[in-house]
Amino acid sequence: MKRRDFLKNAAVFVSGASVSLGALELLDPRQLLAANPELRWGFLVNTHNCVGCGFCVKACKVENDIPLEANVTRTWVERYVITKDGDVVMDTPKGALNGFTSKLIDQNQSGMKQVDDEEIAQAFFVPKLCNHCDTPACVQVCPVGATYQTKDGTVLVDRKWCIGCGYCIMGCPYGVRFFHPVEHVADKCTFCYHRISNGGNTACAQACPFGARQIGNLRDPNDPVAKAVMNQRVGVLRDEYGTKPQVFYIGLNKEVR
Amino acid sequence: MVEQVAQMVVHGEAWTLKDLFVLPNEYVYWSIQIVMYPYMTGLVAGAFVLSSLYHVFGVEKLKEIARYALVFSFALLPVAMMPLLLHLMQPLRGINVLMTPHFTSAISAFGIVFMTYACIVAAEIWFVYREFIVSSVNRLSAKSDRSLYESLLLLIYRLISLGAMDVSRDALEADHKAVKFLAGLGIPVACFLHGYAGFIFGSVKANALWMTPLMPVIFICSAIVSGIALCIISYYIFMEMRKWAARRGKSFLLPDALAHGSAAVDYEHLRSVQDHEVRMTSKYLLIFMTLAITLELLDMIFRGYTAVKSWDALRQVIYEHDFVKIFIMQYAIGNVLPFVMLLIPGVTVRRAALASILVLFGVLMMRWNVVIGGQAFSLTFNGFMHYHLPIIPHDIETFKEGLGGALTVIVTPFVIFYFLNMIFPAFMESKDSH
Repeated sequence: MKRRDFLKNAAVFVSGASVSLGALELLDPRQLLAANPELRWGFLVNTHNCVGCGFCVKACKVENDIPLEANVTRTWVERYVITKDGDVVMDTPKGALNGFTSKLIDQNQSGMKQVDDEEIAQAFFVPKLCNHCDTPACVQVCPVGATYQTKDGTVLVDRKWCIGCGYCIMGCPYGVRFFHPVEHVADKCTFCYHRISNGGNTACAQACPFGARQIGNLRDPNDPVAKAVMNQRVGVLRDEYGTKPQVFYIGLNKEVR
Repeated sequence: MVEQVAQMVVHGEAWTLKDLFVLPNEYVYWSIQIVMYPYMTGLVAGAFVLSSLYHVFGVEKLKEIARYALVFSFALLPVAMMPLLLHLMQPLRGINVLMTPHFTSAISAFGIVFMTYACIVAAEIWFVYREFIVSSVNRLSAKSDRSLYESLLLLIYRLISLGAMDVSRDALEADHKAVKFLAGLGIPVACFLHGYAGFIFGSVKANALWMTPLMPVIFICSAIVSGIALCIISYYIFMEMRKWAARRGKSFLLPDALAHGSAAVDYEHLRSVQDHEVRMTSKYLLIFMTLAITLELLDMIFRGYTAVKSWDALRQVIYEHDFVKIFIMQYAIGNVLPFVMLLIPGVTVRRAALASILVLFGVLMMRWNVVIGGQAFSLTFNGFMHYHLPIIPHDIETFKEGLGGALTVIVTPFVIFYFLNMIFPAFMESKDSH
C-alpha cells in the first residue's frame, strides 16, 4: 500500500469510527437511567431562624451512621459573636452536636473565652454542610473517581472504591470532608441522598424545629427553595474558589468564613 | 446509640492540636508520610539528574559518582511509592489508581509517570552494566566449583542478560548510545516525576500556602539539591566503609567484592577517588542550591508583598508558629550554613559531607514546612493546628504515620541498595568510557 493510500484510508477509518462511536454515546446507560434535567438539588439555610440547638447535627449523625462521639461530622453549626470593638469570636464545640448551652466560647487550646453581654454587638449561628458544588474541587482531585457528581447535582463518595488518600479532604475549601472513623474512607454530607431520592426530606431539615434548613429542587420555579434563591438576597460561602456552591444562605454576614 | 460508642479517635486526631476556631472536620490529614513522599521522590529525581550530568553532558569529573548515583536512584525508586501506600487509609486499594485513573486528578498520573521513569532507569542500568553482566555470566559459568551463592548469582545474571551476549565493539558502541539517549530522556521524566509531586500540592486551591504555580519548580530544584546531597553523603559513607573494610578485609561490607570475588579495592586508590568525586559534586550542589533558595525566597516575598486575604494567617504561621522550623532549621541550618561551608575555598571531603548532611536536613525541613505548615492554619484563617509527630506508636496508625513509619521509609533504600550492589556493583570502575 502506498503511503498516500494508507493515510487516506486511515483518515476515512478514523472519521468513520468516530461517527459511529459518537452514536454509541447516545446509549450511555447512565444517561438513560438517571438523566433528569428537571432536577438539581439545592439547599437553603435561613441563618435568622437558627438557634444553635444542634438537633440537625444529632439527626444527621444518627441517620447516616457517623458515630456520635467521633469528632467529625457531616454537618455542624457555628456560633459567631461580634463585639462592639469589631472582634469576632467563633466556636463550634463538637460541631454543636449537643447545641450551644453555655455562653463560654470554646477556643480549643486557648481555653474558654467569655464575652460580656454588654460587649456583644451581635451574635448568630450558621449551620454548615456540604455545598454540593457545581464544579466540585473534591471530584476534580479524586485520583480514582470514587467521588462523583450525580446528574441531579449531589456529590457522593463510593465507599467501595475510595483509596483513602485524603486528596479530596485537602481539596475541599469548606472542610466538609473527613475520614469515616469506621469505614476508613472519605465521607461527607450526601443531602441524605437515600431519603430525598425517595421523596423524603434530609434528616437535618426534618429535625430542625425552626425551619432554618430546607432542601429543594432549584430547577422547579414553584419550589420554595428555588423561589427564595430567586427572589431573596442570598449568599454563598467562599465563592472565590470558583466551586459554585449550591447551599444558599439568607442573612450571611461578611464575618462568616 | 450514644452510650454504645466509647470515645472514638478519628484519623488525624491523635497528632493534631487545635487552637482558636477550627472547623470540626479539620485535622492534619497529611502527615509525616506525605512529608516523606516528596522527599523520597526528590532524592530519586536528584540522584538521577546527577548521574545524567555525566552520561548526557559528559561531565567526566563525575564519572565514578554517576554510576553510583544511577544504581542508588534505582534503589530509591520503590521507596518513593512506600510513603503513599503507608499513608492510604485503604492501602490494598492503591492499585485502583492504575485501574481507574481519574485524569482530572494530579495523583492519577502517578502510576504512569512512575512506571515510565522506572522503565527508563532500569533500561539505563541494563545498558550501563550489560558488558559487566555478560562477562559475569562468562566468568561464573566457566567456574567449575560454584558455590550455591555463585550459582544463584549466575542464574540472576543469565536472566537479566536477556540473552544479549554480544559484546563486540559495535554492540558496546550501541549500548553507549542507548545510555546517552535514556539518560537524556530520563532528565525531563525525572523532573516531571518530581515537578508533578509539586503540582499535587500547588494545585490545591483550597490551601493558601500550597497554591502557587512556583511549587513544581521549587520542588524540582530542591529535589536536585537533596538528591545530589544524598549522593555525596552516602557516597562518602560507603567509600569510608569500603576503605575501612578494604584495610581490614571485612568482605561483608563490600557486597560487590563478596559477590564477585574481585577484591580489587585498594585503600589509597579509594581515597583519591572519593576525594575527587565528592569535591566535584559539591560544586554542582552549590549551583542548584542557589537556584532553589532564590525560588523559595521569591515565593515568600511575593506572598508578603501581595498580602491577599490569607496572608494574615500565613504570616502568623510563618513568622510565629513555625519561625524556628522555617528560618532557623530550614534556612539558617539547612541552607545558609552549608552554602557558606561549600563556598569557603579548599573544600575537604569531610566538610562537603557535613554540608551535605545539613542540606539534606534543610530539604527535609522544607518538605515539612510545606506539607505540615500548609495544614497549620484553618480554612477559616481564624484558627491553627499544631502537629505532633507520634514517636511511640500505640496502634498501627500511629506507627505508619509516626516516627517508625518515617524511619522505615528512610532505611529501606539502603537495604535495597546493599543487595542491588551485589548484582550491579555501583562502585565498579571501568577502564573505558563507561
